[in-house]
Amino acid sequence: MPARWFASIAAALMASSAAAAPTPPPAAAPQDDGNWAMPAKNYASTRFSELTEITSDNVAKLQVAATFSTGALRGHEAAPIVFGDTMYVVTPFPNRVFALDLTKPGLPAKWSYDPKPVPAAQGIACCDVVNRGAQYYDGAIYFATLDGQAIALDAATGAERWRVKLGDINKGETITMAPLVVKGKVLVGNSGGEYGVRGWLTALDAKTGAQVWRAYSTGPDKDVLIGPKFAPFYPAEKGQDLGVKTWPPEAWRIGGGTMWGWISFDPELNLIYHGTANPGPWNPEQRPGDNKWTGGIFARDADTGEARWFYQSVPHDLFDHDAINELVLLDAQIDGKPRKVLVRPERNGFLYVIDRTSGEVLSADAYSHVNSTLGIDLKSGRPIHNPEKEPKLGQVVRDICPTAPGAKDWNPSAYSPQTGLLYIPHINLCMNWESLEANYIAGTPYVGANTVSFAGPGGNRGEFLAWDIVQRKPAWSVKEDLPLWSGALATAGNLVFYGTLDGVFKALDARTGELKWQFKTGSGIVGQPISYRGPDGRQYIAILSGVGGWMGAIVSGELDARDPTAALGVANAVKDLPQRTTKGGMLYVFALPR
Amino acid sequence: MRRATGYGRRATVRSRSLLPVAVATVVALAACHRENRHFTAPPGTELSPPQQSMSGLVAGGESVEFRKQQGKEYEGNAYHMGEGKRLFQWFNCSGCHANGGGGSGPALMDDRWIYGGEIDEIYLTIVQGRPNGMPAFGGKIPSQQIWQLAAYVRSMGGHGPKSARPGRDDHMQRDSEQGRRDQPINPAAPPSSTD
Repeated sequence: MPARWFASIAAALMASSAAAAPTPPPAAAPQDDGNWAMPAKNYASTRFSELTEITSDNVAKLQVAATFSTGALRGHEAAPIVFGDTMYVVTPFPNRVFALDLTKPGLPAKWSYDPKPVPAAQGIACCDVVNRGAQYYDGAIYFATLDGQAIALDAATGAERWRVKLGDINKGETITMAPLVVKGKVLVGNSGGEYGVRGWLTALDAKTGAQVWRAYSTGPDKDVLIGPKFAPFYPAEKGQDLGVKTWPPEAWRIGGGTMWGWISFDPELNLIYHGTANPGPWNPEQRPGDNKWTGGIFARDADTGEARWFYQSVPHDLFDHDAINELVLLDAQIDGKPRKVLVRPERNGFLYVIDRTSGEVLSADAYSHVNSTLGIDLKSGRPIHNPEKEPKLGQVVRDICPTAPGAKDWNPSAYSPQTGLLYIPHINLCMNWESLEANYIAGTPYVGANTVSFAGPGGNRGEFLAWDIVQRKPAWSVKEDLPLWSGALATAGNLVFYGTLDGVFKALDARTGELKWQFKTGSGIVGQPISYRGPDGRQYIAILSGVGGWMGAIVSGELDARDPTAALGVANAVKDLPQRTTKGGMLYVFALPR
Repeated sequence: MRRATGYGRRATVRSRSLLPVAVATVVALAACHRENRHFTAPPGTELSPPQQSMSGLVAGGESVEFRKQQGKEYEGNAYHMGEGKRLFQWFNCSGCHANGGGGSGPALMDDRWIYGGEIDEIYLTIVQGRPNGMPAFGGKIPSQQIWQLAAYVRSMGGHGPKSARPGRDDHMQRDSEQGRRDQPINPAAPPSSTD
């Protein structure tokens, strides 16, 4: 076949698939300005860069342009943030912030800021003392500290504009999420679902730090900001004070539903979208009922926080399946009709496509090996539990798939409107589960389960999956030996990037999955890759290397895997990791040679 | 078991050497200690000590030597260590330290001790808390139970006589789950959709 003919067919195929490919709403994903101001790149959370200098044809020449040591040695889950000629990096505890000068060789620091969080906060961080990043917004840098503070810094000088204490470590509250700033309000939620906290999302005035509203995930409707405008799609979500009534008496006060994950924003609908994490304790028999409003997705008014709809993907969670993963906003043709959707690769192993105007689930397909949930009933929206896999006090239930961190945890996927594919870095682990009676003691864990995780079917513990949104099936996938705990990046150069727990940073052809380039960084990668245009006009790729997080805690926390229940059961699945990587904390920036 | 064997030998070996006698006696005594059950704490130890002592001098009791002496009552005693194991779960220690392998808190079954691995040091760590995340349990847990917890924590690393240490929990993991699995768990499970 003549090469040119082949190329033209390929181009035609690409064009046709591009025509059908869903696109993010333009208001939520404006044209790329070369910055990377928030971890998700844009309010649609596509993590897609339109820069085209680095391509699948030339990426083989990609090389290190600069490095920077953060001085921290725990899990580096943050995305570096770039605005103008400065890069901003927030470290895991002690949550220092560095502003790096992109105009000078070696990226010298312009300023650094040390918030000095209370060291005791480290004791109530379930899954390593991580931080998922900062946001640049209107001349300021917004981030949160492990001990529950939200802080605004002047982006030019690093001077503190305000700091607000939102969480109380003596109640088990920490903050690990990256705040999202929407219409002059800083949205930040708490962590601590393993410590009997009551989850919330709080909006602060970006100028002053004053609280504008707070929405709890449990309790009476007024606390959840459920009012007359609340119109959920499914009957199970309708009724008064379900955040009280779907719990044993008073259990909602310590019932979890934290908000430590991702938020998206649709400016046209003026709605923010966020998930709610697992109910507590893990032992489900201690909390009969749906445990609202944990384990689901809220749509809220971006100004007032009023709830507009809620969908509970995980009613009465059985397996610590938080529902806080990323929410990718897309406009798609579904069954011949244009639909405004959000796409959620959920921890329970199903990829949900949900109408973001109403909360109706349009499809829910398993994207990983799942035996704990038999399917999603689209009439009620509810998962169909496999009774054989339900935890019962006094029993060890074996071979539950996926494991407690789910088929995929917090580490975000990326969406390319060029390919119509969602790139999902995920996990292939199963577990044994033993429920125990949990006692609530404020400031200590409230878990009530022993778990042990191990490799799922096939033996590959991770997978990088390219999922076709329209076809509702995998386009290609790469099996990874280790579970994936890094985010994904897609670029217009027909590339996708991600890193592995043993520190290999990879670039793949976005259409075929072919490995095009890789670089071994100093430590394991659990961060979020980004791409930006430097002050010199060139395209750069950046990633933090530094193993940790829940899946990497065996290394960052120096755990002992002779106890298979270490790290809430996941250490057993990565027993070999201490032989394959060591602790670190280093920023790597890559570019093509000049 | 051992006690019976020990006493049985005593009569026959007397003429040859005294060493086996000594060994047997030690084993027998250890066995007695192992089985001791103190349902109430020794006098003067029922109250929790001060939450925080910033000085080596503590008025009215609790000297270092006194604590070390206290600790000996608990180390190597099967009842105390068994109780410690139960309490380790009861007071949520396991939520951070798992069953010795660690999690958000450090591993306890290894040989690295940030704040000291002697029983009296572990006792004080539980009572006072430690700056990087260990909560202070003084005033929350009765003193005797803290000693029991400390004795169990030491046993995780192999301290104390094996005959007295609580058994390991092996029920969570079968041999077949140690490594990888090549066979699908449920051949019908690969990605499917339900409409």
